Amino acid sequence: MLRIALAQFAPILGALDDNLVRHHELIEEARAGGAGLVVFPELGLTGYQLQDLAADVAMHLGDPRLASLAAATRGLSAAVSFVEESGDHRLFIAAALMEDGEIRHVHRKVYLPTYGLFDERRFFAPGDVIRATPSRLGVGVGIGVCEDFWHLQTPQLLALDGAQLLLNVSSSPGRDLAARNEVGLGTATSWRALMRTYAQLTTSFVVFVNRVGVEESMTFWGGSEVIGPSGEPIFSAPLFDEGLYQVDVHLEDVRRERIALPLLREERLELQARELQRIVAERAGLATDSTADPGAEPGLAVAPVPGRAERGAEPEAEPASEPGAEESPEPISLRSRRR
Amino acid sequence: MSEVQPLPVDDDGRPLFELPDELAIDTDVARRVITGFIQGQLRQAGFERCVLGLSGGIDSALVAYLVAEAIGADRLLCVLMPYRTSSPASRLDAETIVADLGCPSELVEITPMVDAYVGRDGTPGAGGPEALEASPVRRGNLMARTRMAVLYDQSVVFAGLVVGTGNKTESLIGYTTLFGDSACAFNPVGDLYKSQVRQLAAAMGVPKEVIAKAPSADLWPDQTDEGEGAFSYPVLDRILYWRIDRRRGVDELVEMGFDRALIERVDRLVATSEFKRQVPPVAKLGPRTAGVDYLYPRRRPGSARS
Repeated sequence: MLRIALAQFAPILGALDDNLVRHHELIEEARAGGAGLVVFPELGLTGYQLQDLAADVAMHLGDPRLASLAAATRGLSAAVSFVEESGDHRLFIAAALMEDGEIRHVHRKVYLPTYGLFDERRFFAPGDVIRATPSRLGVGVGIGVCEDFWHLQTPQLLALDGAQLLLNVSSSPGRDLAARNEVGLGTATSWRALMRTYAQLTTSFVVFVNRVGVEESMTFWGGSEVIGPSGEPIFSAPLFDEGLYQVDVHLEDVRRERIALPLLREERLELQARELQRIVAERAGLATDSTADPGAEPGLAVAPVPGRAERGAEPEAEPASEPGAEESPEPISLRSRRR
Repeated sequence: MSEVQPLPVDDDGRPLFELPDELAIDTDVARRVITGFIQGQLRQAGFERCVLGLSGGIDSALVAYLVAEAIGADRLLCVLMPYRTSSPASRLDAETIVADLGCPSELVEITPMVDAYVGRDGTPGAGGPEALEASPVRRGNLMARTRMAVLYDQSVVFAGLVVGTGNKTESLIGYTTLFGDSACAFNPVGDLYKSQVRQLAAAMGVPKEVIAKAPSADLWPDQTDEGEGAFSYPVLDRILYWRIDRRRGVDELVEMGFDRALIERVDRLVATSEFKRQVPPVAKLGPRTAGVDYLYPRRRPGSARS
């Protein structure tokens, strides 16, 4: 049995030293509670909405503050997240697996959301590696940071690379308040659906740790979860409440599930790689798609339908210029897309 | 599964207000997020108290209840700032709210301040003879900015942050006075449409008469928002929601049954008031310019008042 401690706490923005102290306290609290793994949220050491503060709180992997935290992990594992500065001075949103006094593995966030309320790519460089790591826990561990798990291939690659325990560390701001869904918050509903799906499709444990607290306009919603390899949630932390939540799991469940539901066994890596290579070549204009519509853009099988792009435009200064339905071009008649 | 709570009803069993289906929110979650937001803003700024202008209308009433829930009524100062033409009924509603919450309050009549500029009974004020003929809109703006000046002064005395009370609907259509009622340290309800303000106000226990009465800026006698703007809030809220939050096009809204002329009018209001929702641009000259390429969070280590 493994006891996992979910550190659903509220880092103080930009206050690295204070957050470091809090990490030490929470690691000790988890250890006292018998936990073998402690998971902290994305940028738990620095806070999320850093903007130009990112460079001020960045650390090289040799930083003594990281070493002090690693030293605190004797006899257990901890996933901690911070701003990593590389030797060539790129800044990454990093999550490290620390075990038995050492930094075992560092994942650099690959997908940096830069849309809507997010502006990460302005301040950070994207990672280039998605890889599972061996662990003292006896299973492979795969780490993703927040948006990394809004891309299907991240949990899939981690599972194919040997991970049986997927960790997602997040700073997800709550939004889309709604009266009719599971928890009254659109963000939470989306996340929970995704995480449960990944656990089921990768037949792995998924540990999702999301922070709480307020930064500027944003309120982070917490709601951390542990989901079993059958996709069933084992534990759901409350929304918005700070706490160190401890959850017991049986890692042997992975074997049982994978024997009963051998999805990973059935994956067709060579097919996937071949088709991806084909799409890459077509997008680059190096090959033509023999089954595409005439007029389709390179790499896309389907030609655009005239008139569709005008729908749903943003408000304009002169709304009178919005074309009326009668001025729209006739939609082309439907025809067989495939031959 | 969260569900929409039943709407409050008046003495005859009719709903106090209309709540369009797509605008219904989970008020428990909203309450939790907003009270945490208020606590967070204060903590990060190094303050423990709040000040707000209480008009007797639903927006400021709701914010007063939210602040009281977040930090305790004793840490909230409600400032009542009537002008001589202000509705006596609103004043009574404001006093009811203060009594219900048990929070400290101040009464500051702004009549002498405003009249000192626009003049009164044919006697010119500091604005000269021309200001005697000032339009209702000019007078309304002056009142809003006078209230802002009073609030920010009271905030020093009470050692509190000024809390904004403007809702999303009025912000989007620009039904606000720049540097007047929109001025604040933070705004807990600025992302709630008027219909959602009503829903949350009902859930928070704001008095029914405050929820049910016709919204008014009360800048001149018998003024109402819906009368002045010739719209109804539920329809306006829905148009804004579909156009802005859900990015639907004009034609799509027409197909949904909205009036094209009204949609286009709302679009124009949104576009022409864009400037009211943004920080004024600074001419870019130096290597790093605030808001352009000098980007820091408002609150960071060292920024809190100690």
